[in-house]
Amino acid sequence: MNRTNDFAFKIATVNGTGSASANGLLMQAIFRMGIPVSGKNVFPSNIQGLPTWYEIRVNHRGHVARTPEFDLIVAMNATTYARDVAELCTGGYLVYDSSWPLPKALHRPDTHTLGIPLARMCNEAFEGGRERLLMKNIAYVGALAALLEVDVPIIEQLLREQYGRKKALMDFNYRAVRIGYEYAKEHFACPLPIHLEMMAPPDDLILIDGNTAAALGCLYAGATVGAWYPITPATSMMDAFSAFCKQYRKDPETGRNRYMIVQAEDELAAAGVIIGAGWAGARSFTPTSGPGIDLMSEFIGLAYYAEIPAVFFDIQRTGPSTGMPTRTQQGDLMLCAYASHGDSKHIMLFPSDPHEAFDMAVKSFDLAERFQTPVFVLSDLDIGMNDWLVPKFTWDDSFVPDRGKVLTAEQLEAMKAFHRYVDVDGDFIAARSLPGVHPRGAYFTRGSGHNRFGRYTEDADEYIDVVDRIARKIDSAADAVPEPVVSGRPGASVGLVSIGSCDRAVKEAVEDLAARGIAADYLRVRGFPFHRSVADFIRAHENVVIIEQNRDAQLRALITLETGIPRDRMHSLRRYGGLPLSARDVVDDVVGRLEQAASAQRLEATA
Amino acid sequence: MTTSIVKPQVRHPNLPLNALGLTHRDYEGAMSTLCAGCGHDSITAAIIRAFWELSIPPHRVAKMSGIGCSSKTPTYFLRESHGFNAVHGRMPSVATGASAARRDLVMIGVSGDGDSLSIGLGQFCHAIRRNTRLLYVLENNGVYGLTKGQFSASADIGSKPKKGEPNRQAPIDPVLLALGLGATFVARSFSGDKDQLVPILKAGLLHNGFAFVDVISPCVTFNDHEGSTKSYKYTREHIQEVVQTDLVAPQEEILVEYEPGTATDVRMHDGSRVRLRKIAADYDPTDRDAAYSYIRVRHHAGEVATGLLYLGSGPPEMHENENTVETPLAELPYDVLCPGHAELAKLMERYR
Repeated sequence: MNRTNDFAFKIATVNGTGSASANGLLMQAIFRMGIPVSGKNVFPSNIQGLPTWYEIRVNHRGHVARTPEFDLIVAMNATTYARDVAELCTGGYLVYDSSWPLPKALHRPDTHTLGIPLARMCNEAFEGGRERLLMKNIAYVGALAALLEVDVPIIEQLLREQYGRKKALMDFNYRAVRIGYEYAKEHFACPLPIHLEMMAPPDDLILIDGNTAAALGCLYAGATVGAWYPITPATSMMDAFSAFCKQYRKDPETGRNRYMIVQAEDELAAAGVIIGAGWAGARSFTPTSGPGIDLMSEFIGLAYYAEIPAVFFDIQRTGPSTGMPTRTQQGDLMLCAYASHGDSKHIMLFPSDPHEAFDMAVKSFDLAERFQTPVFVLSDLDIGMNDWLVPKFTWDDSFVPDRGKVLTAEQLEAMKAFHRYVDVDGDFIAARSLPGVHPRGAYFTRGSGHNRFGRYTEDADEYIDVVDRIARKIDSAADAVPEPVVSGRPGASVGLVSIGSCDRAVKEAVEDLAARGIAADYLRVRGFPFHRSVADFIRAHENVVIIEQNRDAQLRALITLETGIPRDRMHSLRRYGGLPLSARDVVDDVVGRLEQAASAQRLEATA
Repeated sequence: MTTSIVKPQVRHPNLPLNALGLTHRDYEGAMSTLCAGCGHDSITAAIIRAFWELSIPPHRVAKMSGIGCSSKTPTYFLRESHGFNAVHGRMPSVATGASAARRDLVMIGVSGDGDSLSIGLGQFCHAIRRNTRLLYVLENNGVYGLTKGQFSASADIGSKPKKGEPNRQAPIDPVLLALGLGATFVARSFSGDKDQLVPILKAGLLHNGFAFVDVISPCVTFNDHEGSTKSYKYTREHIQEVVQTDLVAPQEEILVEYEPGTATDVRMHDGSRVRLRKIAADYDPTDRDAAYSYIRVRHHAGEVATGLLYLGSGPPEMHENENTVETPLAELPYDVLCPGHAELAKLMERYR
């Protein structure tokens, strides 16, 4: 089988040794060769000294979801030799540092072992412990360039772009690349059967992470107030927003800022800041993760009940509690759907990749202001922190943000009286007024019981009048959130439903299943409250599998709660160990189910 | 049935008018639903007086509060202002956000000792660190009223409850805390002393930063008995005014001359001056360390020092520190916020 541009490899190193830049260099070089590629950084919650892995997959058909099978492994970390070598497929290649004798743990007779004395060569070529350590990692990039045929001029170009002004650093890196490259060329039959081949340059594609993309969406949406408390894996989103603002949000005349970022004392305060800003008329947001949403819940209830816009980005990580902060999961669906005590329900958007993270970030502010309510964008660590190959983002300059019903001073002046929570238009949304605009707009915003006039109440009917309208308002958002994406195949025997970052693995699985003669329809949920087509799709399929990345089948539970479709009517496929879903997970599950169903039918027929 | 009481808007034809042509009744709100004699109602009256005297247009004001008896009071003043009754102890963050969005708002925050010193202690401290422009009034009665009389974190050691054992935990003194955190405006007053309180509130409203006013405000229902150190009687007997505040508007002349060394003028953001007159000869309200030490020494002697206790330098106001534009962020037009299609196309090249 031809494996050109179709394989996966993994690099096992120790964190804090510069392997991140080496791996990034490799990934970027492959991208520039025009080959569809993905990189998954599997890293520890630690600063220095613990195991870290980088998984690169190339696939000429564009299938770059994570795969758990590796054709080549670079084993640079003695503490993880045994488990790393176990993940290598039969006939695969093991690259190790042969400065020392082959350790027993790396012994796998059914694979090819390629020893490269990286430490020894770097010790000879470089002075100083730090340089030697860092250059060892760049040297394996050189070795892989020879073994896998990564284009060396592209690597050189990337080094020039990175270290353009720091000539000494560039020379160091370049020498290290050559050391690895030449050793491999001399000692092995290069390239290996698994190797790369230049493809058409990807004019319309970029390599970007979801947190940067979401931050860019906030910038383009016109957000001016961001508040946050640092938390993995959401931190890089605010870092990116801050960097974009420095570039695009300076008053050209005064040099002063057209934004404010508040690094709050905790997530409670971050929520308070964005709710205060939303109340006063600014577009505001906070990037956080599950533990942050826990702390923000009381404030989320306030914003829901007092009807204040604010956007919450939940870059999900593995829970519960501190969980595994550097591993991915989709475990906050239930938490965000109903965050806060008492009856509440929130609008949620589910991006599947950085491109959608950009689009949905823009959309989230429109929805928050139109429906005057908190909106959640549920990304995750895989989308947020890994580089993804996606189409370039585009912008339509005719875009006008939907600021919702906000009364101007002139409108207030012309009114006899303003009542904050009276639904004048019959769409369950009452117009709001902003502070500082007009005396007639004054009202008292409160999370305590209030009637349609905004006054404090403890009266049952008055209370119910308001909360029932809010419930209908949120339900009406089902038609405003992004519609599900549906793909169909004639004669489908199974309907797959998934969400967020599961998408690429499921799409690949649909093709793999087709190759095995199993036609599958596929629906990806993109918003909550669910669009009615979600229930229609499920009802139209006898065999339905809900695919998600959490233990408790939260998406399935939400569907049951919101549509009334019985839980047992839907099969559930869950992956929740903290690593992204793979196509194999889906294929194995679906094939297994169909076989089981077939044998049950046979049994029935013979009985 | 509505559970709030609208105040009848009948007014005397000869009430004095301020520069905006408004009477002090135009600065009132709904009828108070607090207990008769509650210190908080006197503070409300002082707040109304301060806003009226400064001729601040009510609709330019945002009234922020948390949860508790004190936090109910913003409904009782400035009915033509937006109010925000946030969650318990979290008013400072909401005020920070509102200020971030609209730096042109005049903001007053009303809180209590439970709200500020227990559940919201962190938010209180960090609002001081950010130096958000806000007059922060802490209505301090040493007890939780709405939940019927538990001690708060400001209760003194040995203070007796209506029932049960005296308090044995050390109190948190918000004035010392604010001084320690670098607050630029720190005052203490008494709800029963309107003459002292009104000028302090006015100075606080003009202060460009976080202006903190701790007001001892007796709870007539749960903490006004013999043995309480936050009762009317105890407070009257133990307060010691150490500095007196006069506010001089920008256009006004200072007519009264004082003995050299007895008065200090501090210029405010709008050009007006706060004149601090020493009652205690050995007190300097512009020396943070000396003020801190003086207040502690007096406290140990059983006295409660009152007045505008510190007015001076500290961290810059939040917007100055953040270097934000003059135009309130919420009023910036979208076309200056969105970089547009061409910039995005350029930016995309960075990710290739």
